[in-house]
Amino acid sequence: MLLIWTSILFPIVAAFAVAIGPTKSAKWTAFAGTLVSLGALTLFAWNFPAWHNAEHFPNTTGPSWIPHAGITFSVGFDTVSLLLALLSAFLMPLCIVGSFSAITERTKEYYGWFLVLGSSIILAFAARDAILFYIGYEFTLVPMTLIIAIYGGTERRVAAIKMFLYTFLGSMFMLATLLYIGWEHRLAVGAWDFDIDTLTKTATRLPSSTQYWVFAAFMVGFAVKVPLFPLHTWLPLAHDQAPTAGSVILASAMLKLGTYGNYRFALPMAPAGGADLMSFVAVLAIIAIIYASLICWVQTDAKKLIAYSSVAHLGLCMLGLFALNPVGAEGAVFYMVNHGLSTGALFLCIGMFYERYHTKDTDVVGGLAKRMPVWASFMVLFTLASIGLPGLNGFIGEFLCLGGTFISEHDGQTGYPGVLGPWYAVVAGLGLIFAAMYLLILLGKLVWGPLREPHDDAAHTTSAIRLPQDLCFREIAILTPLAVACIWLGVQPKPMLDAIAPCAERMLANYPKEVERYMSQSAGTPLASINGKTNESRGE
Amino acid sequence: MIEAMSPRLILLAPEMILFVAAVTVAILGLSKNHGIRASLPFITCAALIASIAAVPLTWTNENSQAANLLLPTLGRFVKPLLAGVGVLLVLLSVGSVDRRMEESVARGRMAFDPQRVVRGEFYAFFLLSIMGAMLLCNAQDLIWLFLAIELVSLPTYIMVAIGGSGNRNQEAAVKYFFLGAMSTAVFLYGFALLYGSTGSLQFLEIRNALATQSAGSGIDTLATIGIVLILLGLCFKITAVPMQFYAPDVYEGAPTHVTAFLAFVPKTAGFTAMVLILTCVGWSGHTLIDTDGIRIPYTGLPTPIAAILWMIAILTMTLGNIGALLQSSVKRMLAYSSVAHSGYLILGLIAGATAGIEALFFYLLAYGVMTTASFAALAAIERRGEEINSFSDLAGLRLRHPVMAWMLAISAASLVGMPPFIGFFGKIYLFIAAFEADQFGLVLAAVLNSAISGLYYLKLAIVPLVAPPSARSEEVTSVPSRWPFIAAVVCGVGTIFLSAIAGPLVGAAKSSAQASPIVLTASQAAVPTASTH
Repeated sequence: MLLIWTSILFPIVAAFAVAIGPTKSAKWTAFAGTLVSLGALTLFAWNFPAWHNAEHFPNTTGPSWIPHAGITFSVGFDTVSLLLALLSAFLMPLCIVGSFSAITERTKEYYGWFLVLGSSIILAFAARDAILFYIGYEFTLVPMTLIIAIYGGTERRVAAIKMFLYTFLGSMFMLATLLYIGWEHRLAVGAWDFDIDTLTKTATRLPSSTQYWVFAAFMVGFAVKVPLFPLHTWLPLAHDQAPTAGSVILASAMLKLGTYGNYRFALPMAPAGGADLMSFVAVLAIIAIIYASLICWVQTDAKKLIAYSSVAHLGLCMLGLFALNPVGAEGAVFYMVNHGLSTGALFLCIGMFYERYHTKDTDVVGGLAKRMPVWASFMVLFTLASIGLPGLNGFIGEFLCLGGTFISEHDGQTGYPGVLGPWYAVVAGLGLIFAAMYLLILLGKLVWGPLREPHDDAAHTTSAIRLPQDLCFREIAILTPLAVACIWLGVQPKPMLDAIAPCAERMLANYPKEVERYMSQSAGTPLASINGKTNESRGE
Repeated sequence: MIEAMSPRLILLAPEMILFVAAVTVAILGLSKNHGIRASLPFITCAALIASIAAVPLTWTNENSQAANLLLPTLGRFVKPLLAGVGVLLVLLSVGSVDRRMEESVARGRMAFDPQRVVRGEFYAFFLLSIMGAMLLCNAQDLIWLFLAIELVSLPTYIMVAIGGSGNRNQEAAVKYFFLGAMSTAVFLYGFALLYGSTGSLQFLEIRNALATQSAGSGIDTLATIGIVLILLGLCFKITAVPMQFYAPDVYEGAPTHVTAFLAFVPKTAGFTAMVLILTCVGWSGHTLIDTDGIRIPYTGLPTPIAAILWMIAILTMTLGNIGALLQSSVKRMLAYSSVAHSGYLILGLIAGATAGIEALFFYLLAYGVMTTASFAALAAIERRGEEINSFSDLAGLRLRHPVMAWMLAISAASLVGMPPFIGFFGKIYLFIAAFEADQFGLVLAAVLNSAISGLYYLKLAIVPLVAPPSARSEEVTSVPSRWPFIAAVVCGVGTIFLSAIAGPLVGAAKSSAQASPIVLTASQAAVPTASTH
């Protein structure tokens, strides 16, 4: 408990130290703050007793905050939230170091907000109380909006406002739903309580029609954050305009709050809604995969390309979650972590060459393997990880997500109410081929081929800090841990998968009984018709 | 008679302190000595703090029960709330009351007039208005209610006029006065009808009469019309539809420190009065849950009154938020935002005793602190001796006045309901209360409105912090007095600090919302207490 609160609160303390202290030492204070946070969390994970069961630790209720409303300071992790929190805490110091040369103005505010951002993300993952989760989830918006609006590119204000409004609107729906479930609990028991497990128990007892709406409202909130297809438009702009470190945290940690929200709230709390709407969400996810991939294909801005590829990858992650079987869920969670690592690393790589050339346009810059061999090797490694080359981390998650989708058929064998089946997997699999194509085209332009550099060196001279041609020690030190993690998880995924598996099963614990509900219903339900269709088409 | 009066008199101790202070301040304001005149705001503050201290000492259970009040614990929360925010509001006005006049003289806009330099009466009116709002908590009949609420309003008309200088203040004051007089006429007419129907001016007797009526064929038309008229009249005080039209003009025309006062004190008074009136009517479905967990249907307020409040709530929050979207003047935007917040607060009225009322007063606390933060930040800066008005004055404020820019951003975040600021907990608590009253539709409306409000509050945060400075904003300087600055910082820190201690505060609000039990006379004994309409 103490270690968790240390990792949440120490960055805030450090943020105050940054605000009060001198400008010169701000970055080192921030770095120390995030290191302590990471250290505390690592120490906690080292002694974490619940790696191989789906329990939370610590599983006790924290001190009360607002007793009349049942809001408490309860924190605790299960394997999934611990992994995601570790990912965020791991990326934080890297991002801080990565900003040393990029941020030269208003540095105190920047590092201060970055620390606050880190602690609110960890709070969201650690929270065992729904309101506490909401506080962390929602408050991430404030520092991120400011980081984009102050330190971003030319359209930064539009990007920041768009991001804020989209996400704020979505999360208001989420809040209303949380309060609604709290109210149902109040009706059932007589007291308000926002403990997530309690709420889950209450919500799963609601009638199916109510669960449908609960699920839909949760989806509005989380789909904006993920982002799912029609609600994704804020993301590419935000990524494009954000400073490098902001993009990294946005892609690697903040978007995971959306998928984590599905894992923790939407799916377990409203199984009937999840089962009814799964094909709808899956279709949106597949549209996201294909549509974003096609955009990537014609994209010449390297950063936007990675941003859209993020939309496609998270579409796959959502597809895995909504296969509604343990294989898909396990893959989705594994993929969340790995997408965080590889996409975060890619944004860092793009940021590093942007600092040197002040352009992200792949028509202007290219063939950098000649100029920056070290950078090029990292870039190739992370791109391949992102494509999902076997042996690197991306592959396992993608494979499991697709595998889960493939076997997600409601035939009474698996015991889960999946309706997706092979055709969904095939179409989504096309997205992976696209991903290989556009990412390899990016590599071909940026890394290989004839050397192309922008002519004016004015940008070089105005840069406050002169950077060497290839990566300096600091930059190598940032990318190396990420590279090690990518390779390690690609070669040795089993410990992590074993740890995730019980949680995935626990999340879906209420789904087998949905099968019975469908069985007992007469023919003509959406599920039966879709299932019939897939069977027919397979028969052909 | 004396024995019956004395507990009531003891309960009035905070008001007496304020009254003595008001007289003292008015007299000292005539002093020739500038030092004495300059100390007036601090005497005002001291009086307010003393009155806070007097509340727990005098408002004991025995006293309040002996006083035979409708809501015997109301004052325990509302009076310290009024005086506490009042202290911050005084700090806002330090320096600006005298100074605007000196400024005008220096710029040759008015001739020096020694009689007008003395502004002791401003603080006297300030104290009297807060005293009026406090007196409302002790009201036990309609006459007292009427006198108290007029005591809140009459000084504010004058404060708008004399708080600054220039014609705009006078224009705003005249507009405020005439519309205020009209609203007074409306609710006074409502009082008359209510008296006609129930035959009494005493709240406790009105409540019994209405309970008898509703146990029979329902509350009669005369009383219903009376109550609706009272509510509509009070809508003026709380800037709710259909009486909100004056708000943008008056808020913009009044000097900023008076605007902050208008946004909080009359609103609190109006809501307190509404709570008293509606407690007489009664929310028959107070207890939704019985011990076995079976849901008892919520009957709530009588249908016509509930329907009117429903419409007022939805229209007020929607019109407020949409109006605020369109503004280029900061003060007008904050005026519309104040309208929108009244809409949220009406949720508490509809939800009713006791969850709704405690949520209402808790939200008023949150609202008082965060809205004062935004007005204080505006009052702490000026452009070429004039008040800040448009957003372009604020662009790039961070460069020259970083603390005020941050305070504006914090207050905006709190007003929009961003966790972990106090506004978020206020909203959560209001929504919880609305859920308890089965008002899911209202919660949905409030949620959608909060989402809309994100648009303009974001502007209030982004423009000072991020936008590049404009030609206008280069001329922004801080006002000579440091006190508005201090008030802004206190409020800004308060929005965070108060949410840390939200638990005890909610507890305090909770203990304030208990109505005294209905005691029926022998002739009414047949009427069930948990009556339905």
